[in-house]
Amino acid sequence: MTLAATLRLALQALVRNKIRSLLTMLGIVIGVAAVIVTVAIGAGARASVQNSINSLGSNLIVVQPGSVTQSGARSGFGGASTLTPDDGLAIAKLPGVASVSPQVTIRTQVVAGENNWQTTVTGVAPTYTFIRSWPLAAGRFFGESDLAGSAKVAVLGATVVQQLFPDGQSPVGATIMVKGAPFTVIGTLAPLGQSGMGQDQDDTVIVPYTSAMERLTGLTTVNALLVSAANSSEIDAVQQSLTALLEQRHRITPSQPDDFQVRNLQSIAQAASQTGAVMEFLLAGVAAVSLIVGGIGIMNIMMVSVTERTREIGLRMAVGAHAKTILSQFLTESIALSTIGGLAGVCIGALATILVASIAHWPTTIPAQWVVASVLFASMVGIFFGYYPAQKASRLNPIDALRFE
Amino acid sequence: MSAVVEVRGLRKIYPLDGNEVIALAGIDVALAPGEFVAVMGPSGSGKSTFMQIVGLLDSPSAGTYRFEGNDVSTLHGDERADIRSRRLGFVFQSYNLLSRTSALENVELPMVYAGVPESRRRQIAVEKMELVGVAHLQKHNPNQMSGGQQQRVAIARSLVNDPGLILADEPTGALDTKSSADVMQILQRLNREQGITIMLVTHEPEVAAYARRVVTFRDGRIVSDAQNVDRAA
Ligand SMILES: Nc1ncnc2c1ncn2[C@@H]1O[C@H](COP(=O)(O)OP(=O)(O)OP(=O)(O)O)[C@@H](O)[C@H]1O
Ligand SMILES: [Mg+2]
Repeated sequence: MTLAATLRLALQALVRNKIRSLLTMLGIVIGVAAVIVTVAIGAGARASVQNSINSLGSNLIVVQPGSVTQSGARSGFGGASTLTPDDGLAIAKLPGVASVSPQVTIRTQVVAGENNWQTTVTGVAPTYTFIRSWPLAAGRFFGESDLAGSAKVAVLGATVVQQLFPDGQSPVGATIMVKGAPFTVIGTLAPLGQSGMGQDQDDTVIVPYTSAMERLTGLTTVNALLVSAANSSEIDAVQQSLTALLEQRHRITPSQPDDFQVRNLQSIAQAASQTGAVMEFLLAGVAAVSLIVGGIGIMNIMMVSVTERTREIGLRMAVGAHAKTILSQFLTESIALSTIGGLAGVCIGALATILVASIAHWPTTIPAQWVVASVLFASMVGIFFGYYPAQKASRLNPIDALRFE
Repeated sequence: MSAVVEVRGLRKIYPLDGNEVIALAGIDVALAPGEFVAVMGPSGSGKSTFMQIVGLLDSPSAGTYRFEGNDVSTLHGDERADIRSRRLGFVFQSYNLLSRTSALENVELPMVYAGVPESRRRQIAVEKMELVGVAHLQKHNPNQMSGGQQQRVAIARSLVNDPGLILADEPTGALDTKSSADVMQILQRLNREQGITIMLVTHEPEVAAYARRVVTFRDGRIVSDAQNVDRAA
């Protein structure tokens, strides 16, 4: 018998039992739909993390305080307060470094007239807008003279503008109070949106780091040094030379751990996408389990079907069907069930994904390879779980089958 | 011309709970082309067993079986299936039509396995349904037909591959007198007009009366084999 004829027979048999066929497929449909939805959301999230990390500037290297050991107890990263603006100045002189900005952050309440807002005040150098490739929306950014004079000037992120100046007036020239000190707003930044970690990057007030250290933190150390490599091929070289420089400046002997840590955004991006991939595989694994459960459902129904159709099988054999033909008919039935179920699952999964994207505003992408893989997997489930019942059918003895009541 | 069926020393022994049931204890018989034979005998005398072996649905424990001149006693599954498909037609007591399947598709079924192209299938099926007077029931499913109609559809199905032999095990066993007579007249006509060899099992003398030869079984042996005088005359 030709493949087309076998397929016809199988489909006829399935159509004869519409409701049962639909119910049998349900497990596979749900499994595949679950795979598509989870993968679509996972991949979408991963793509958006990647995007926003790229938007931070891929040449960025971040130096943060490391752990310190005090009386034998090691603090976590950031426990050491050892990074100083002078470290930054020294790094700026290294070859391959385009620019450096210290970064001081504190969370505090800022007040403008009757409005107030809890936000992050970030103290940086004038190079910051270049390093972050962050354009201004209005006014100006502070310069070297503001830095040298610890000027009480501030540049506002878009969220802070919204919260403190809700009536839409330009805040440039206005005065805001930060920890009791008046700062003059000299500019506003263009909105950047969420960071890869889901933080609102526009929820910040940016001031000269000198002002932040003198007037807000009172410390001589900074939270981070942002270093921009001149080009991406030099990131590793710069990372090595600045590590060596800082070890020397901080008098760290080879036997001691560094009191700082250096990360570049590419490695952060990689880590993030790896985490995403692990999540995706876990979710896909859960979905695969549900596919297997669906497969067991198919096997169950096929077994019932073989028993129920014993006389039919006997008759088909009596009128000339080969054992192999019976085997392929039943196998085709279960493969058709699982494959049609798989295709339906893809459609339902895609619809659900579109729904999630439009209702929850999550970024989603449906990767084509997962669509293909899940339908193939569904078909394989059909083969695997359909084989035993099909073989059972093909091994029936036509006389016994015809006598069966 | 060689015999359609020729069996020599045919035995069939079923193992049952460690014992042996001797269903056929040595059968010698031959069927010439164009014969119409009724097999009779008490329940358990081996009639169905004999029909199954002749129909190549089962193989004998001992003895030889030549079908249309070829020794078929030792053929295996698919080879037997091919002969069933091309040369044998079956009619069962319980019709054995596929449920939820139209009469036309039921009649076409043997041709599906014989690899007859689709357009020819339809044509032949309609032809045979006309021959047994059920052409108007093409679209009916088995549960929309009377027993007699179902059995006639089953006869049409047995005819589609132009068999050399039709085997019918109690074809009228589930039918009333009127339908029985209809079915038997059809079989008789097929035998007379188309020259098809027919062997049927029955318990009813009225049914056996349609045949030209009556073979009687008892305890797995043939105890009488006679021409049907009143009909042959
Ligand atoms: N599969 C089997 N296993 C064991 N014994 C069997 C089997 N099939 C038939 N027999 C036995 O073989 C003998 C002949 O059975 P068979 O079915 O041929 O009788 P029959 O003449 O057709 O009877 P009936 O008129 O009741 O249909 C019986 O004793 C029966 O019990
Ligand atoms: Mg019987």
